[in-house]
Amino acid sequence: MNNSLASGLRRATPQLISLAVILFLNWLAFPGFFDLRIQDGRLFGSLIDVLNRGAPVMILAIGMTAVIASKGVDLSVGAVMAMAGAVAATMTVEGYPLMAVILTALAVGIACGLLNGFLVAVLDLQPIVATLILMVAGRGIAQLITEGVIVTFNDPGLIFFGTGSFLGLPMPIIIAALLAIAVILLMRRTALGLLIEAVGVNRSASSYAGINSKLLLIFVYTLSGFCAALAGIIAAADIRGADANNAGLWLELDAILAVVIGGTSLLGGRFSILMSVLGAIIIQAMNTGILISGFPPEYNLIVKAAVIIMILLAQSASFAGIGGLFVRAPSAAKKADAS
Amino acid sequence: MKFVTRLLIGTAFGVVLAGSASAAGLTVGFSQIGSESGWRAAETSVTKQQAEKRGIDLKFADAQQKQENQIKAIRGFIAQGVDAILVAPVVATGWETVLGEAKDADIPVILLDRGIDGSPDLYMTMVASDQVLEGKVAGEWLVKDAAGKDCNVVELQGTTGSSPAINRKKGFEEAIAGTSNIKITRSQTGDFTRAKGKEVMEGFLKAEGGGKNICALYAHNDDMAVGAIQAIKEAGLKPGTDIKVVSIDAVPDIFKAMADGEANATVELTPNMAGPAFDALEAFKKDGTVPPKQIITESKLYTPADEPMKVYEEKKGLGY
Repeated sequence: MNNSLASGLRRATPQLISLAVILFLNWLAFPGFFDLRIQDGRLFGSLIDVLNRGAPVMILAIGMTAVIASKGVDLSVGAVMAMAGAVAATMTVEGYPLMAVILTALAVGIACGLLNGFLVAVLDLQPIVATLILMVAGRGIAQLITEGVIVTFNDPGLIFFGTGSFLGLPMPIIIAALLAIAVILLMRRTALGLLIEAVGVNRSASSYAGINSKLLLIFVYTLSGFCAALAGIIAAADIRGADANNAGLWLELDAILAVVIGGTSLLGGRFSILMSVLGAIIIQAMNTGILISGFPPEYNLIVKAAVIIMILLAQSASFAGIGGLFVRAPSAAKKADAS
Repeated sequence: MKFVTRLLIGTAFGVVLAGSASAAGLTVGFSQIGSESGWRAAETSVTKQQAEKRGIDLKFADAQQKQENQIKAIRGFIAQGVDAILVAPVVATGWETVLGEAKDADIPVILLDRGIDGSPDLYMTMVASDQVLEGKVAGEWLVKDAAGKDCNVVELQGTTGSSPAINRKKGFEEAIAGTSNIKITRSQTGDFTRAKGKEVMEGFLKAEGGGKNICALYAHNDDMAVGAIQAIKEAGLKPGTDIKVVSIDAVPDIFKAMADGEANATVELTPNMAGPAFDALEAFKKDGTVPPKQIITESKLYTPADEPMKVYEEKKGLGY
């Protein structure tokens, strides 16, 4: 047990160093970065902001990790967020009870995931194309649901999912943490995670070995749809309104990036949900840092790109050895390619 | 045979109907971009209201964000022989051919809300707001409200590089340039959205001593201000009192915030672009008065003194 913890930490070294460096830079830019205080019965501070704002991407990344491990990708999560938020807000305005609102919104996400899974597993469409369909159409459907306006609501039950707190922590953090624990247990205390990795490495071989790869693929896309709906509910609850045009816009890319920063290969196979969550935290720490750094906004994207390149380089250097990048040894070059 | 007769009678009846409708007043074609935002929807419904009020027969075409649809619609209007065409152009380029056709058919074209690249001969006039002025009106309100006291302003910019973001920033800076007490201490983009407005404001509040060093917030649109108001509340401060809130657009939700005392001022980007356009058109048709090439709409300032709840109810019906 101790051994596996140590090897896990060793694998996570580049990510942990990246996070530490980003947090240190944030602290340089803004000395009060690590200050925490209690405000209205909950913790309040920049660190909490990082976790709280990062929660939707963390939740998306949890589902995305499973999809990517199966050698797929789910581009529709941002649009599914918008749809789930639109459904939740519209139903709340029409006076449905909270339970019905949440269950319907989650059901929308599950239905979207089933559709994606059906297209990929049964019709054998390329995942990137199959989920692109819903990425485009989903936002349109969300706009139809909200009729092109921002649907605002004041129901304290739904708002609680975005801005409420439990044990001093904002609800989005609690939800993301609970979901991460549940999915990790599901993946690692059963054979499920191993089977998904097997399908990701070689689908036909795993089928011959007796794994029901169709069902597994449908499962991972459904999980991703469920996660997206959950993130959509949180995003809508946070601003007390469903903004079909902007909710979850481009977040699918952030989620994929979080998974990649976490070290899961886009080619499928071995995955780590905890590392993807860490990846999401790294991205948000960087975003929050940029916001409080006082740079003019014209530099936001450049700074972001530069930091991401550094993080990914740090990971690949730890693989190939920094020298390996410059030496034309066949093995090192091959490793650098692979990373 | 019977069928053909009936068809002929039907067609003749239709022609008579169409003839009588256009005799009642002007027929105007309106090619709208689409309904990508609440403001756009409001512009559409105000245009329809204005046409109805003046007895104008409005032919409406929604282009769903596509220029080719707009070109098709304009060609359709020309073929129908309308008296004038209103266009809210989705992009600035590529209008020479189709607007040239309208010109050859002697149909005046009026641009709404956005301009085009190309010869000004292609259109009669353009009705638009002055975005620099909007920022200036917001800034002037703050200068007056601060009344010489020191005031550190945080700014939520629109999407980086977009013309409203550039111009509204410029106008505000012009308004406060003459004062030494008002300073913009932080400025970041909130992408014109509520979610980003809230997130960026959370950052500002942390970076400025929990909000103690912030006297006012200037947001380039109301949606970002609404998001920021929530962030201010969650930080345990009172928006509108501890931190003044001034923004632009005048969408319904900001009036609700104003009624609750959480916002202080907003500058209207009026959805009534059609009113001045129809005024110019009617004058032109009556005695040939050629309007100026650009008609600037009013940038009206609203404060809690303007019965925000009443304005909210009025605006809510416009489809924002």
